Amino acid sequence: MGLENTLFESLPDVVTVKLDAVVNWARKSSLWPATFGLACCAIEMMNTVSARNDLSRFGAETFRASPRQADVMIVSGRVSRKMAPVLRRIYDQMPEPKWVISMGACATSGGVFDNYAIVQGVDKIVPVDVYVPGCPPRPEMLVHAITMLQEKIMKESVKDRRDAFEAESRDAIVPGTLPVTEGTALERKTEVEVAQNTVSRPYSIPSRHERRRSS
Amino acid sequence: MTEELRKAVDALRAENADWVASEVDALGEVTITVPREAIVEVCSFLKGSHGFDMLADLCGADLGPEEDPRFAVNYHLFSTVHYQRLRLKVLLTEDDPSVETVTVLWKTADWHERETYDMFGVNFVGHPDLRRILLPSDFDGHALRKDYPLRGYEPYSMN
Repeated sequence: MGLENTLFESLPDVVTVKLDAVVNWARKSSLWPATFGLACCAIEMMNTVSARNDLSRFGAETFRASPRQADVMIVSGRVSRKMAPVLRRIYDQMPEPKWVISMGACATSGGVFDNYAIVQGVDKIVPVDVYVPGCPPRPEMLVHAITMLQEKIMKESVKDRRDAFEAESRDAIVPGTLPVTEGTALERKTEVEVAQNTVSRPYSIPSRHERRRSS
Repeated sequence: MTEELRKAVDALRAENADWVASEVDALGEVTITVPREAIVEVCSFLKGSHGFDMLADLCGADLGPEEDPRFAVNYHLFSTVHYQRLRLKVLLTEDDPSVETVTVLWKTADWHERETYDMFGVNFVGHPDLRRILLPSDFDGHALRKDYPLRGYEPYSMN
């Protein structure tokens, strides 16, 4: 993100309007999703990509397996507490600009699984741009979500995007879900210490590129 | 109870009367309650002499915090030779929920015992690698116990 951010931060708004239009058009027209199909919603995502509801009409030409080459992460399916740090790590590995679509009831709010194992809404881990309800949502609903995301991208500005700060991504790992690494019980922190050091976090993570727009 | 099973249960009783603490034959299924010290001997006897070569399932049950004994571990044995099923049940108290592992007899018991440990806290003595399998490694508590709340202890926050 560096160059255009730092250059155009100092310029007045009017200069970047034309640039915004071009850049946003380019970004929205080639949104390449990262495969993050977790559960049943992934089947509907596959349907959206296949011939009958063809997602590549809207620019989502290829689903990149590597997050480093992807623009949007479609979280389709329930995210368990064990999977949560993996999800965050994949999200952090995506380069800016990136967006997240939370597909299905489980990713949006935990869905039917109101229990100890499922994260109640993936927006507790990553900032979400578009929520798609449904269990599972029909493929047309996911296509509509991509269209909504494209409209949202058109409203952005080049100056908005920032690189993620390392501290933020480190704090974003859901506490109590990282697997225990090496070390004896004496070396590892006790639960009381972990509880005292945890970061107080808002109910859900707001999207970073919406800072300038208040509504 | 079929002939084959009848023979197996009688042979068990004949070998050692303590092994069959109680026998229940209901709904077409036979359940034998075995004292926990004897479970490996019983299983190896049944596997060796009576052809129960497959451990179909090993699962735990929590009878409730007010029950004594609190936990039960069910071993579902299946004989591919005779096509018979038999259930062995071991009752464990809350202060010492440990039983010897049967991984020496059936390799499948490895992950089933890990799951029972993960969900109920039953300690399997002699297990090669007893650690959590389904829940995150640093999860606090055992989730399928009756006194563990359904939503867990961190329902709506990440703290």
